[in-house]
Amino acid sequence: MELKSLSLVNFRSHRDAAYNFTEDVAVFTGPNGAGKTNVLDAIHYLSFCKGFLNPTDSQNIHLGEPFFLIEGKFKLNEKNEQISCGLKRGQTKIFKRNSKEYAKLSEHIGLFPLVLIAPTDIVLISGGSEERRKFTDTVISQFDRNYLEHLIRYNKIVQQRNAFLRQGQNDRSMLEVLNMQLCRYAPEIYEARKSFLNRIAPLFSKYYQILSSHNEEVSLVYDSGLNEYPMEDLLERSVERDRVMQYTTEGIHKDDLEIRVNGFPLRRYASQGQQKSILIALKLAQFDVMAELKGIKPLLLLDDIFEKLDQDRITALMTLVSQQHFGQIFITDSHPERVTDILGSIDCPYDRFSIELLQQTSQD
Amino acid sequence: MQPLPSKLLEDAVNEMSSLPGIGKKTALRLVLHLLKRDTAAIDQFSGAFVKLKRDIRNCNICHNLCDEETCTICSDRNRDRSLLCVVEDVRDVMALENTGQYRGIYHVLGGIISPLEGTGPSDLNIESLLLRVQTGEPKEVIMALSATMEGDTTNFYLFRKLKDFNIKLSTLARGVSVGDELEYADEVTLGRSILNRTPFENNLNR
Repeated sequence: MELKSLSLVNFRSHRDAAYNFTEDVAVFTGPNGAGKTNVLDAIHYLSFCKGFLNPTDSQNIHLGEPFFLIEGKFKLNEKNEQISCGLKRGQTKIFKRNSKEYAKLSEHIGLFPLVLIAPTDIVLISGGSEERRKFTDTVISQFDRNYLEHLIRYNKIVQQRNAFLRQGQNDRSMLEVLNMQLCRYAPEIYEARKSFLNRIAPLFSKYYQILSSHNEEVSLVYDSGLNEYPMEDLLERSVERDRVMQYTTEGIHKDDLEIRVNGFPLRRYASQGQQKSILIALKLAQFDVMAELKGIKPLLLLDDIFEKLDQDRITALMTLVSQQHFGQIFITDSHPERVTDILGSIDCPYDRFSIELLQQTSQD
Repeated sequence: MQPLPSKLLEDAVNEMSSLPGIGKKTALRLVLHLLKRDTAAIDQFSGAFVKLKRDIRNCNICHNLCDEETCTICSDRNRDRSLLCVVEDVRDVMALENTGQYRGIYHVLGGIISPLEGTGPSDLNIESLLLRVQTGEPKEVIMALSATMEGDTTNFYLFRKLKDFNIKLSTLARGVSVGDELEYADEVTLGRSILNRTPFENNLNR
């Protein structure tokens, strides 16, 4: 899949902008607040029907203007595709593919896959286990429709069970009914996560090795109570603790992806540069899994990811992503020459767009 | 809304808007409409609610709402007492009665199990259901609860409580609506329908 051109009208800081992409690598440079990330946000809109910066659509309209419009021309499976997203203040978003409006936005999501690495994604590494569960769940639900359905039901029952435990009643049969329902969904969710982990873990290790020039070994381990006991036994063993804690202490809602560096859990001592490299390796592994399952190479968006990385790692990363294996890549960097110098040194052709500050108020 | 010119009017509007789905404006319109009626009509109107609250009963057998000790369904001698249908509330009895297809009797639980909303099994008419089943009169208990997660939880709970009795336990079929085209049926329902398909003979004499 390729994005051939992109045009923005009144989108965030851009009043009227158009970009044509001829090479596989596009680099956006410019000072802070010029709107580099906003270009990536617009591409994100065309893929996910929403931005990653501001969840409120209307706040993405340029200050004082009545509407925004994003248009992109893609080439997908040898066919030209035109995607547009427009929003007038006070109205609902209009999303079109080849001039035909979608009845439901969910029909579009997933057709033009995209992988984004943004600075805020670092919580995936440094944050709590729920961030990594969310990552796993989001990727799996994109190709397994039952998964999300089962997960929603499972979580609903956990809520019911926690409410029941808080009431402190000693109704054995009620607890067993709730356990029975948890046991109905937990194994399928566990198996889906496990097979996803088996797919992504070796890719993750491979990419990290490349980024760190083979200095460190990382691994991804699926940490789940279900690794040792079936759900029935887990609930049975924790029944007393659950009563005291007044919530469900065991189950797939406590799963985690444990990241280990040279065999040790990462969280306690990894440097910021290591964390960043791990994030990038994880996202590139996600790229591979999605490309394989969907048969389409997602667009790869790298938003300001060079901070905290040393020169060797940046070069290793650029060498890696500029290979044919990855499709089209969009990069932002506030440093005017850093990326282009590296791309030049590895003989990788690129489009460069230098974005200047607007004279008027900008809303970056 | 503007302050009302009368305290009496304001009280009436507040009472009216305490009903679900009634906002202040609608309440005012209804109250002004009532005010136009003559006194006797208003007495009759308000009296109906007072009498309702004072005199209405729950059937001492099935807990359906009724005027006597026992509801008309439970006291109907032509009903099949070996069939017992468990429902959430009175509206479900009416819905099933409207089908004209059911000749058994009912048991109204008075709610559905949802710890999140503070409703546990002890808040429902489950003890009296067990007593009814113990008499040995019902041969089949039909669990006719909503097809939601809470409905599932309640079904499982009843199943646990009833499975050791010598009765048949059944639940409503989940399937394609009559008159629906398959391509428009939702996937979960259609999936269930093909798994729990029924013998064609069942359709012959309907």
